[in-house]
Amino acid sequence: MIAYISRRILEAIPTVLGVTILSFIMIHVVPGNPIRVLLGTHYTVERAAELTKTLGLDKPLYVQYFVWLGDLLQGNFGQSYTYDKPVVSLMLQALPHTIIIVVLAVLLAHLFAVFLGSVQAYFENTKFDQFVTVINYFFYSMPTFWLGIILVIIFSVDLPWLPSSGIVNMQLSNPGFGDWAKHLVLPIASLFIVSVAGWARYMRSSMREALLQDYVRTARMKGAKEFHVIFVHALRNSILPLITLLGLSLPALLSGALFIEEIFNYPGMGLLYWDAVNARDYPIIMGITVFIGLVTVLGNLLADILYAFVDPRISY
Amino acid sequence: MIQEATVVEASMLTAHRDERPKFLKRFWRSGMTKLGGFLLLALLLFSFVGPLLYRKSAINPHILSTDIGPNAQFPLGTDSLGHNVLSQLMVGGQSSIEVGFASAIVAMLFGTFYGMISGMVGGWVDTILMRIVDILLAIPSIFILLFLDVAFQPNILVMILVLASTAWLGVSRLVRGEAMTIKNQLYVESALALGIGRFRIMLRYVLPNIIGTVLVAATFQVADAILSMAGLSFLGLGLPPPTPNWGGMLSDGMNYMFQNSWWLIYPPGLCILIVQVSINLIGDGLRNAIETRER
Repeated sequence: MIAYISRRILEAIPTVLGVTILSFIMIHVVPGNPIRVLLGTHYTVERAAELTKTLGLDKPLYVQYFVWLGDLLQGNFGQSYTYDKPVVSLMLQALPHTIIIVVLAVLLAHLFAVFLGSVQAYFENTKFDQFVTVINYFFYSMPTFWLGIILVIIFSVDLPWLPSSGIVNMQLSNPGFGDWAKHLVLPIASLFIVSVAGWARYMRSSMREALLQDYVRTARMKGAKEFHVIFVHALRNSILPLITLLGLSLPALLSGALFIEEIFNYPGMGLLYWDAVNARDYPIIMGITVFIGLVTVLGNLLADILYAFVDPRISY
Repeated sequence: MIQEATVVEASMLTAHRDERPKFLKRFWRSGMTKLGGFLLLALLLFSFVGPLLYRKSAINPHILSTDIGPNAQFPLGTDSLGHNVLSQLMVGGQSSIEVGFASAIVAMLFGTFYGMISGMVGGWVDTILMRIVDILLAIPSIFILLFLDVAFQPNILVMILVLASTAWLGVSRLVRGEAMTIKNQLYVESALALGIGRFRIMLRYVLPNIIGTVLVAATFQVADAILSMAGLSFLGLGLPPPTPNWGGMLSDGMNYMFQNSWWLIYPPGLCILIVQVSINLIGDGLRNAIETRER
């Protein structure tokens, strides 16, 4: 097992390096000159030459890459063009906000999808199953950004229950935990709904297969209660594919968060990225791209390792 | 020798061809395909035939009647600049559908070629080719698309390439996996023994066997590409104005969600949803038909 884990970690290293090379290339194929952006109205030929030298932009590309990579390894992602702050501090500011909505949405969605998919599989091809399948299909095909807008219209405009943007109510002098929690509801709900729709489909087919297995029949013959049969005996095996799915769905979740954060004006990584793209703030774009690539690779790695842990039938 | 090879090859191919009518029948008979096909046809008629029947400009604004609800003159109202929403929906559908299909085809061709080379050649070539795919897949496509969109300010052709640039990845992985399996089949080995060239083997033995998988993947890619393009337009990028786009219409409508201008929000969203549902249904129908064949 330890050999397997270390082999997988070693295999992930070239991918991570590749992601850094890719981000570096991306920035350098872009038309437009960062020096011009940095100097703005103070642009003169002498100043440009001086800044090019101090930033090391006159060195060959591969040297620039290694300098940049060295900085990256020390946690230095460079200086933002637009905010006059280190990229790292901007990212650290935004990251917790994104983590909160993504993690909560994922946990809730997983629990609910496992439950829904299992019940659907148990009542396969009944009216209930067909109804839920249609609803799932509907939400699965629904663009996240449209769903977000509709939730705002229903729960912020028509029924003025929940705030539609930001993380705190600016008009309150002392916005407490309750106010903050209220601001989280709609962003989390949007991510939750689209995730449940996809995962419940997987869970349904996985549980359907499990319910046909011999050990389920054995459990029933032993006289185990139906609830016990589904949620203990069959669930243990049918939940395995969903663990892998959790790691693999990270990119989709982060993309979803990008739209959600834009709609709800929620100050997370997605909004930071979008603002940076609009302002052509390349250090931020590069930093977030590398970070997300890293998170995705780690997610896949974790999924593989977890899978090996929970499924004793798999040996390496 | 060459003639002999051709005869053997031909008999192998007819063995595959015999199954085709059954497969098609199964595909058309499924309720999913029928519903999906019907929805897609309706949308195609709406976008491409609609403007011929409803001859109102989507681009010229009516500056005296901005942001008004549906009425006799404007069946779906006007937006904040006085554009006719119904006309915009129709024309917006054209670019969405064209770009969606075109980028899926480009992605399918390139991904199939790439995956087949990787799977057939194997060894270090395979390792390197697949590592590149891993790296590109590590970054969520919308982040790459956003970046490319800003960097290249696309017209319709660049847009197709930009969307295809991330869409081929999944296809190539699928094809590579299939090619690896097929490579070890007896009929490929016998073809090799007969002295048929590798390229010919790829084209005549491997390709016909993976075309089903590729088609299913490509179908879903069409839906993905349309969604991505709508998403980019929603974020204020995508095709430059005045070309209307459903995603762009939605982001415009979002500015008016507190005024209850529902005609700016529900129609474009519904169009995107219908495209997604119809293409996903067709893809699922196709997959079911193929999986039954393989069983």
